[in-house]
Amino acid sequence: MAKDDKKDNTLKLKFDSARNLAPAPESKSIAKIKPQYELFINGSFVKPESGKYFDTINPATEEKLSQVAEASPADVDKAIKSAKSAYQKVWSKMPGKERAKYIFRISRMIQEKAREFAVVESLDGGKPIRESRDFDVPTAANHFFYYAGWADKLNYAFPTKTPRPVGVASQIIPWNFPLLMAAWKIAPALATGNTVVLKSAETTPLTALMLAELIQEADLPPGVVNIITGAGETGAAMVSHPDTDKIAFTGSTDVGKIIQKAVASTHKKVTLELGGKAANIIFDDAPLDQAVEGVINGIFFNQGHVCCAGSRLYVQESVYDIVLRKLKDRLETLIVGDPLDKNTDIGAINSRGQLETIQKYLKIGVQEGGEIYQSSCPLPKKGFFCSPTLFTNVSQSSRIAQEEIFGPVLSILTFRTEDEVIEKANNTPYGLSAGVWTDKGSKIFNMTTKLRAGVVWANTFNKFDPTSPFGGFKESGFGREGGLHGLMPYLHLD
Amino acid sequence: MKPNIKIPDFSHTAVVDQVGIEERASRFTKRSIKNETKMNGLLLALNMIDLTTLEGKDTVGKVKQLCTKAMHLHKAYPGLPTVAAVCVYPSMVGVAKKALGDSGVKVASVSTAFPSGQAPTQVKIDDTKYAVENGADEIDMVISRGKFLQGEYNFVFDEIALIKEICGDARLKVILETGELGTYDRVRKASDIAMYAGADFIKTSTGKISPAATMPVTLVMLEAIRDFYYKTGKKIAMKPAGGISKAKLALHYLVMLNEVLGEDWMNNEWFRFGASSLANDLLMQIMKQKTGIYQSSNYFSID
Repeated sequence: MAKDDKKDNTLKLKFDSARNLAPAPESKSIAKIKPQYELFINGSFVKPESGKYFDTINPATEEKLSQVAEASPADVDKAIKSAKSAYQKVWSKMPGKERAKYIFRISRMIQEKAREFAVVESLDGGKPIRESRDFDVPTAANHFFYYAGWADKLNYAFPTKTPRPVGVASQIIPWNFPLLMAAWKIAPALATGNTVVLKSAETTPLTALMLAELIQEADLPPGVVNIITGAGETGAAMVSHPDTDKIAFTGSTDVGKIIQKAVASTHKKVTLELGGKAANIIFDDAPLDQAVEGVINGIFFNQGHVCCAGSRLYVQESVYDIVLRKLKDRLETLIVGDPLDKNTDIGAINSRGQLETIQKYLKIGVQEGGEIYQSSCPLPKKGFFCSPTLFTNVSQSSRIAQEEIFGPVLSILTFRTEDEVIEKANNTPYGLSAGVWTDKGSKIFNMTTKLRAGVVWANTFNKFDPTSPFGGFKESGFGREGGLHGLMPYLHLD
Repeated sequence: MKPNIKIPDFSHTAVVDQVGIEERASRFTKRSIKNETKMNGLLLALNMIDLTTLEGKDTVGKVKQLCTKAMHLHKAYPGLPTVAAVCVYPSMVGVAKKALGDSGVKVASVSTAFPSGQAPTQVKIDDTKYAVENGADEIDMVISRGKFLQGEYNFVFDEIALIKEICGDARLKVILETGELGTYDRVRKASDIAMYAGADFIKTSTGKISPAATMPVTLVMLEAIRDFYYKTGKKIAMKPAGGISKAKLALHYLVMLNEVLGEDWMNNEWFRFGASSLANDLLMQIMKQKTGIYQSSNYFSID
């Protein structure tokens, strides 16, 4: 309380250090998670042929949340056959205007259940509730809204062409944005008249299964959307199934290469959205505080589990010291902790396996001579957590500057001239995204034409919108999702 | 000003990205402030207020009543802190000084032909001298926005430096009137000029122009203070003024202050709210935290 000094009535009261705010948890009770989930095939929930189930846990506490069915090749066959039948009998014949009604309904229902989706997303995946509430769930609903609008306008989207649906789309999604990736995949497929078999990631099946329940409630014709769960084997069965007409995969570059080999000399259309090692480039004339903020959000958003994360920072040497100081100061204000707390900035690493991968790279970084700097924020004792980390003294030859870590680890490099940084930024097998920070418009345009990346952000980072196409160059994949371009992979255009 | 501080070229000050700064400012409002953190924040905000009356119709009676309120915010809650200062026109400094006595509440006086600053330099000097001689602990001057917008940065700089000299021991707050500057880049430039010219505080607004203080504009100034501190090691205080009348918004400002400048700035020596109606909203929230129920506004005095 106030000091009783007559001359000085300044209250030296600690508001609390930036990270030590009183807990503000979102209520878990809104999430109604069932003890067991089945496969969603042909409009109903069915037990797997194998009779096998696997656990899904909360990465922040390591406690079991539920168990989900493991789809065997026989289940995959059932799902794809039901999708094919629904495609032939119902969905491909339905006018676009009617299809749109279903898609609009899905998006409205996601909005109605937004809070529940957000809580389950954070429980199952470890991401902070602030992000699942403000980003994942609303953006997922927006994708359905956006593509619902295209359903009856495909002839206008591609004038002079006759767009026709492809057939059955087998879609495999990753664990970093489970609901959002499901929306990215399902919405354009349905809008263009295709039917879907979607497999969610092994560690994060719950929101996709909630979406299955929602789709059942929305009364979509049986078989139009099938949602199954399982691991790599299930995905392989989907890819190799002869009735799969289109494969949409988001995940690692290694698996992407396997898929591409598997579909060689088949009729299957493929889009792959794979890894990345994005360059985020700060010039000396940039708005530095906003650039630092963009770098922080670029690498620490979703614990760095983002394929387009800005994991390589290039700073012009003339502002290197000040940028580094600002980065370190900002790092100290990040709150690592319970994903369900509304004040948490960085939640739990998605799985033990991923945590081990990140820790392996931290060791490699140090062995290579990188200087490691980590936030002093204490980590929770239980669960999978990793301190936000900066590496300085990194060069192009360092593995931590070449390989995708998929965690909250930023490699910081320096450059002198524009030409040099363009060369360095493009010196990677990946090419998903890049960021440029400068106050000079002409420099932005020069950079965006020369950076070999699918998305180049200028004076911002990690911005997504349903109307904007997203996809990679080089080993980051091909095909675009989102926007008008996102319709093309689901259509025959002739 | 320390002689070892190198004066930069003000035609090349740091730039601010509008979208980025507004996004960052809104991020602070996502922090959820609860329980003891909230109570501490409310008390701290109360202690940071410059309780203000700046009206043509100000009288001795009005100022005396305001001073009583400043010292005795809410008798129903014993042990509450006082506000930081009472802010008045120069003509009322003597009255406020006497009324506040040795309570520790400071007297701040606006000066330099507040609020427009459109007066000859000699008038501004006399205005400030009068306030200081009558016992003002703090001087809230306005910059010459006209000269600033004409690009006469040296004029603005020299004027601030001159007033700083006249202030003597009184701390100088420099009002940028951000609502008239128009862009964040210019707010940043004006902040740099004021700090290098010797400001102890930089302050957003007079309260006579809309928009007054906003979170993004305050953030631009806090970041300028941080950069100045990085360069010189000298701390500058911050005062957003005008438009902050709700406790919740005040807490958002404290979150922002805490995350940009840190705990060292988290007291009324280094941060103030220029406000008049904020105090009662804070008191209402404090009583809600203490008793669990909201009380009618009739229970809070309105001096």
